[in-house]
Amino acid sequence: MSDKTTPSNNSFLNDAGNRALIFQILLLAMVVFAGYYLFSNLQANLDNRGISTGFSFFNEPAGFPILIHLIEYTEANTYGRAFVVALINTFVISLLGIILATIIGVIMGLARLSKNWLVARLATVYIETLRNIPLLLQMFFWYFAVLAALPAPRDSYEFADFLLNKRGIYSPNPMIQDGFGLVIFGFILSIVASIGLIMWAKKRQTKTGLWFPAYWSSLGLIVGITFIFLAIAGFPIEFDLPQKSRFNVTGGMVLPPEFVAVLVALSTYTGAFIAEIVRAGILSVNWGQTEAARSLGLRDSMTQRLIVLPQALRVIIPPLTSQYLNLAKNSSLGAAIAYPELVAVVMGTTLNQTGQAIETIGLCMLVYGSLSLSISVFMNWYNNKMSLIER
Amino acid sequence: MKSNVGKLLSTAAIAATISAGAAASTLEDVKAKGFVQCGVSTGVPGFSNADDKGNWSGIDVDACRAVSSAIFGDAQKVKFTPLSAKERFTALQSGEIDILARNTTWTYTRDASLGLDFTAVNFYDGQGFMVRKDLGVKSALDLDGATVCTEQGTTTELNMADFFRKNKLSYVPVVVQKADEALAAYDSGRCDVYTTDKSGLAAHRTKLADPSAHVILPETISKEPLGPVVRHGDNQWKDIVTWAMYVQVNAEEMDITSKNVAKIKSETNDPGIKRLLGVEGDMGAQLELPADWAYNIIANVGNYGEVFERNVGPSTPVDLPRGLNALWTEAGGIMYAPPVR
Repeated sequence: MSDKTTPSNNSFLNDAGNRALIFQILLLAMVVFAGYYLFSNLQANLDNRGISTGFSFFNEPAGFPILIHLIEYTEANTYGRAFVVALINTFVISLLGIILATIIGVIMGLARLSKNWLVARLATVYIETLRNIPLLLQMFFWYFAVLAALPAPRDSYEFADFLLNKRGIYSPNPMIQDGFGLVIFGFILSIVASIGLIMWAKKRQTKTGLWFPAYWSSLGLIVGITFIFLAIAGFPIEFDLPQKSRFNVTGGMVLPPEFVAVLVALSTYTGAFIAEIVRAGILSVNWGQTEAARSLGLRDSMTQRLIVLPQALRVIIPPLTSQYLNLAKNSSLGAAIAYPELVAVVMGTTLNQTGQAIETIGLCMLVYGSLSLSISVFMNWYNNKMSLIER
Repeated sequence: MKSNVGKLLSTAAIAATISAGAAASTLEDVKAKGFVQCGVSTGVPGFSNADDKGNWSGIDVDACRAVSSAIFGDAQKVKFTPLSAKERFTALQSGEIDILARNTTWTYTRDASLGLDFTAVNFYDGQGFMVRKDLGVKSALDLDGATVCTEQGTTTELNMADFFRKNKLSYVPVVVQKADEALAAYDSGRCDVYTTDKSGLAAHRTKLADPSAHVILPETISKEPLGPVVRHGDNQWKDIVTWAMYVQVNAEEMDITSKNVAKIKSETNDPGIKRLLGVEGDMGAQLELPADWAYNIIANVGNYGEVFERNVGPSTPVDLPRGLNALWTEAGGIMYAPPVR
C-alpha cells in the first residue's frame, strides 16, 4: 500500500493549496497595483493643477482663534499647535461623554426594570424619544433652544458667585497661592493611607470573613486629611470671581454653551442606547441566580453587585464597546454648533486656509481611526478580564 | 475570485477614463454635457439664493447664466451645486463644478497654492461688523471684550483675528460651520457681533427676526474683491468666464441694456458695437463661441448695472449702494473692464 497515489493529471496547478496561494498572490498584486495607480494618479493631478502638497504648513502660524483651548493658544501659534488643541478638545468631549453616557445608561437601564410603574414608564419614554431623533437635531436643540431660554449677560441668573447666561456658566476660578504644596502633600498622603486601608480590609476578610466598609472609609479619609492640611496651610486659595462687564462677563472660569450642548447631546443620546444594553444584560442573567443568592442570605444590594452585575457585564461589554466608538465618532458633529473639535479646526479652518484637502482629511481619518482602535483595544482587554474563565 | 479581478480591472479602467476626461478642455466637456455646472452658496440673498420653487437668483448666479448664454445662447442651461464655504475649493479642484461663483474673495494664497484661477471681480466688498442697536456701539474700536460670531472656512476668520490683534482688543470667537447657524447663534444672543463681508451683512440682516434692530458699523476692515473662480490650467475656459463679465461692464458703459440690445443691433452704425454684438467680424470664434455670444449675454442677463440693480440694488431687500461697484466713469466707482476689440 503506497501512502500517496500520484495520477498523471495531478500537476502543480491542480493542487488546491497551490491554486489558493497563486490566487492570493494575484489578488495582492492587484490591490497593490490599484493602490499605486490611484496614488500616482493623485500625485500627477495635484502637480498638474499646481496644488501644494505636504505637511510643511504645520510649522506656519495659524492666525485664527479657537474658542476653547485647554493648553495655551493664541493666533500667533502654528497650525500644528491648533491641531493639538483640537485633538485635546475631541479627546475631552469623547472621554467625558463616555463617562456620563455610561452613568446615564446604567441608571436608565435599571429604572426601566424598576417595579415602580412611574419610574419604569418615564425611563421608557426617555429611551424611546432620544434613540429615535437624529443626533444632529438634538445638538441644535440643546444649543439653540437652551440659548434662547437663557438671559443676556447683563441679566444673568446669579447663585452665590456663579453666573448663568447665554454666554455660558461662570464660576469662581481658584487661584493657587503660596503654601499649596503642603495641601498636595496631604492629598497624596491620604491616598496612600486609603490604599493601605483597602488592602488591610481585604486581607482581614479573606482571613476571618469579617467585612469592613473600606471604600466609604477611604473617601472620608481623603476628604478629612486634605481638609486638615488645607487648614494647617491657612487655606492658600483665592477665588477670581466672575464680574459682569460691558459685553460679557470677565474673570472666573467659564463653561461655554457649545461645550455643554455637545456634551449633553452626546451623553443623553448614547445613554439611551446604553440603557437598553444594560437592561438586556441584566435580563440575560437567570432568575435562579438571584434566588440562590437570596437563599444564601445576601442582601438585595449585594445580590445585584456580587451576583447579577458581574454576569450581566459579560453580555453588556461587547455592544457597549460599539456605543463608545459611536460616541467618539459622533463628537465630530460638534463642528455644526461651533465646538472647536478636530473636524471644525482641521477639516474646516485649516483646510480652508491652506487648501490641502488630502492632508487634512487624511489626518482626521487617522486620528479617528486611532481613537476608535484604542477604545476597542481597551474594551477587548476589559472584556477578556470579565469573561467567564472556564476551568 | 475571477469576477473580483474583473471588477478591479473595470474600476481601474473607469478611474483612468475619469482622469483622462478631466484633462480635456472644460468648454468641450460643457458643450458635450449641455450645461454649465455652477458652484454657489447655500443661500446669500442677492448673491446666490434659491426661492421656494428652487429658482436661483443673484449676482453670482448671473455670472454663471452669462457664461451659459455665451456658450448655448440660453441663460437657463446651468445646474447649481450649493456649497458651504469649506467645501467650495475642493469641489472646483476635483472637477465636480465648472465655475465657482460663491462670493469668493480673491487672495494671493488662494490664487497661488490652490490650483485655481480668479477670473474677474464682479463685486468689490470689504469685511464689516453688525451689532444690536441697543448696545449703543458706534465704532468697531468699541468692541473690546465682545463675543463675535462668524462662519467657518472663510477669509473672515483671519481678518477678524488680525483686526482685534492689531487694535489690542480682546474678544471671544464663536466659529460656526454654516452661515445660517452662525447667524442663528447671533440672533439668539450668543454673540454681540456678527462679522462677514459687508454685502453679506446686508444680505443676512434681511433674514434676522427684526432687521431694524441691528446696525452695520462704519469700519471696513479688509479688501474683499469677490468673483468667479475656475480651475488653473485651462486658459480658454478662464478667458470665457472673464470676458462674460467684461462684456456686461462694457455694455453698461455703452448704455446697451437687455431691453434695447435688439434695437441697437439692427440700427447701430458704430463699428465697435457692431463687433461686440457679432454683426461684423467673428469675435466669438477666437474663444470657440458663437458669433452672437456677447449679444446673448446682454439680451439674456443684461449689463452689469442691470444685474446689480436687480439683485442687490436699492429696490431689493438687500439694499446696497453702488459705491465702489459703480462704473469708473462715475464718482467713487472702480468697476472697469478692458475693451472688447
